[in-house]
Amino acid sequence: MREITLSQAVNEALAEEMRRDPTTFILGEDVAEAGTPFKVLSGLVEEFGTERVIDTPIAEPGFTGIAVGAAMTGARPIVDLMFGDFIFLVMDQLCNQAAKIHYMSGGKLNVPMVLRTNMGATRRSAAQHSQSLQALVAHIPGLKVAMPSSAYEAKGLMKTAIRDNNPVVIFEDKLMYQDKAPVPEEEYLIPFGVANIKREGSDITLIATSSMVQVAEKAAETLAAEGISAEVIDPRTIVPLDEETLLKSVKKTSRAIVIDEGHQSYGVTSEIASRLNEGAFYHLDAPVVRMGALDVPVPFSPALEDITVPTPERVAETARKLCAGEMIHAA
Amino acid sequence: MPAKTNTDDYLRMYRQMVRIRTFEDNANQLYLSAKMPGLTHMYSGEEAVAVGICEALTDDDRITSTHRGHGHCVAKGAEFKAMFCELLGKEEGYCRGKGGSMHIADQGHGNLGANAIVGGSMGIATGSALRAKLLGHDDVTVCFFGDGATAQGLMYEVMNMAALWKLPVIYACENNGYSEYTKTEEIAAGSITARAEAFGIEAHQVDGQDVLAVNALTQKLVARARKGEGPFFIELMTYRYHGHHVGDINREYYRSKDEEKDWKQNRDPIIRFRAFLVEEGIASEEEIEAMNAEIEKAAAEAVAYAEAAPYPDVSEVDMHVYAD
Ligand SMILES: Cc1ncc(C[n+]2csc(CCOP(=O)(O)OP(=O)(O)O)c2C)c(N)n1
Ligand SMILES: [Mg+2]
Repeated sequence: MREITLSQAVNEALAEEMRRDPTTFILGEDVAEAGTPFKVLSGLVEEFGTERVIDTPIAEPGFTGIAVGAAMTGARPIVDLMFGDFIFLVMDQLCNQAAKIHYMSGGKLNVPMVLRTNMGATRRSAAQHSQSLQALVAHIPGLKVAMPSSAYEAKGLMKTAIRDNNPVVIFEDKLMYQDKAPVPEEEYLIPFGVANIKREGSDITLIATSSMVQVAEKAAETLAAEGISAEVIDPRTIVPLDEETLLKSVKKTSRAIVIDEGHQSYGVTSEIASRLNEGAFYHLDAPVVRMGALDVPVPFSPALEDITVPTPERVAETARKLCAGEMIHAA
Repeated sequence: MPAKTNTDDYLRMYRQMVRIRTFEDNANQLYLSAKMPGLTHMYSGEEAVAVGICEALTDDDRITSTHRGHGHCVAKGAEFKAMFCELLGKEEGYCRGKGGSMHIADQGHGNLGANAIVGGSMGIATGSALRAKLLGHDDVTVCFFGDGATAQGLMYEVMNMAALWKLPVIYACENNGYSEYTKTEEIAAGSITARAEAFGIEAHQVDGQDVLAVNALTQKLVARARKGEGPFFIELMTYRYHGHHVGDINREYYRSKDEEKDWKQNRDPIIRFRAFLVEEGIASEEEIEAMNAEIEKAAAEAVAYAEAAPYPDVSEVDMHVYAD
């Protein structure tokens, strides 16, 4: 199968859906000629014109609100938010408006929009350009949240997001834009709420989102060499969450670590760990362990930044302890 | 113009502009030689804005800065060593390596921080001015931001309050013609100064490549702001020589080489001011060359110092999340 980058995969998904549905359009800063700073949208304005690939002023709440209104009245806007950190600027439009309109209208109005943005630290971009804020939006009922872990997921999830009748937020890891993965030429969609078992195992389950899937897979390889068999699962969407697949795995392995790049406290890892405790308590041989980013703003200095995120070494280390029964009372 | 009476002020302004340009040339070199982590936004070309304004301020006056903040930082009194250390993420940096280029600031000289959120400091600057008024202090706060930032709604919320409450704040819009890869006229409808005027704020437009014009205007406005006649708005017409950031090299698709050449050759704030100093007999060519050389040497030493300086200890990672 051919291999393409995550950036190309997103680009293809957008182009295919824009060809298919004339009500779709892209709205954001430097999306047209510049194709975004990460060049993810290169070439789209040439095909679809500036009517459908629209450069906006630096007015995030404004253009997100405009997308909500357009979505409510028959269009399918795709908002490009240059950095995930800017989600704080659009919270009202996203969480008070987009998320609640279907419910508040008793199901009469829909907001079929996509907000695509990014996440991920270790790019030396400091505290306001490095955050992984998926937990914030996942907390709000009415929003769906997708976290692609490779080019394959990025394309399939984006196409599903655009066709979904709800507001969907997609977080792409900005450090993965150039990572290649096999992506079929033929059209495919990845349904929301269906986790992907990346690697089967029997001793411990590593549940990981986005780029943390790579971290978990590397840890699993290290562990395999030591005789520990780790299962790696990528939920792909955190809302909706495929609880069934996660629970089934944990009931089999009896141990789990949940890994996500958002801050650990009150985060995605906490939520998934709780669900595992509630749904598989009597099958567990050890507490479910959360591994998120340190609870600190992301520091600029490489010497500090690199220790804020989970690494394969630390995941493997934690898994070893869990399998040895060391952490049973530690949590 | 009574040039002779202001000799020291003029020489300091020249010096500060050259210090900014020299800092940026070294920062760019650090990026190109892969010694600097991440990216950085160069202030080269806009020196007369930061210097003209900051030379009208005292150490008690505050500023807020932007992602393109090295110039503001130098102009408000920062030293090279701690700046280069910050740029390289070293412990002795102004922010102990936690901020880097986009958050660099010498807090001891009234710099409240460089902000990586476009327009993100407008509330902060206005709040600083409200504090001055409430506590009876006579300092003034200058809020630096770009033309692109005028699209942020926050600006209109705080200008409204600043005008209602007559706050000692000066909104300094550095109009360099572009926000990222987009021309200002494509993202700003109508006139920028008229937006401030809509709130009853006195607004001026000034040639941002003319350090004396910027300084003379700012002096007047600062004096009036201290007396409670603020707020004010200044649109400074300027130009950035480099790309949006150091990695923005192939940029002809949005900005022509001819246009860049024209600004660099015909409107450079340092070349213009240097000619003025020589013409007025304030400094000789030799004196200016000596000053330039001394600044270059200081920068080279500071870079070497920063390269050799230690990173913060890993134990600092969770230090400063909360104040004691
Ligand atoms: C809220 C927000 N939106 C977008 C960005 C990305 N961004 C960084 S600088 C910039 C352009 C800013 O233009 P301008 O205000 O004119 O300042 P200049 O870079 O020209 O100095 C953009 C869009 C950001 N940092 N913050
Ligand atoms: Mg600008």
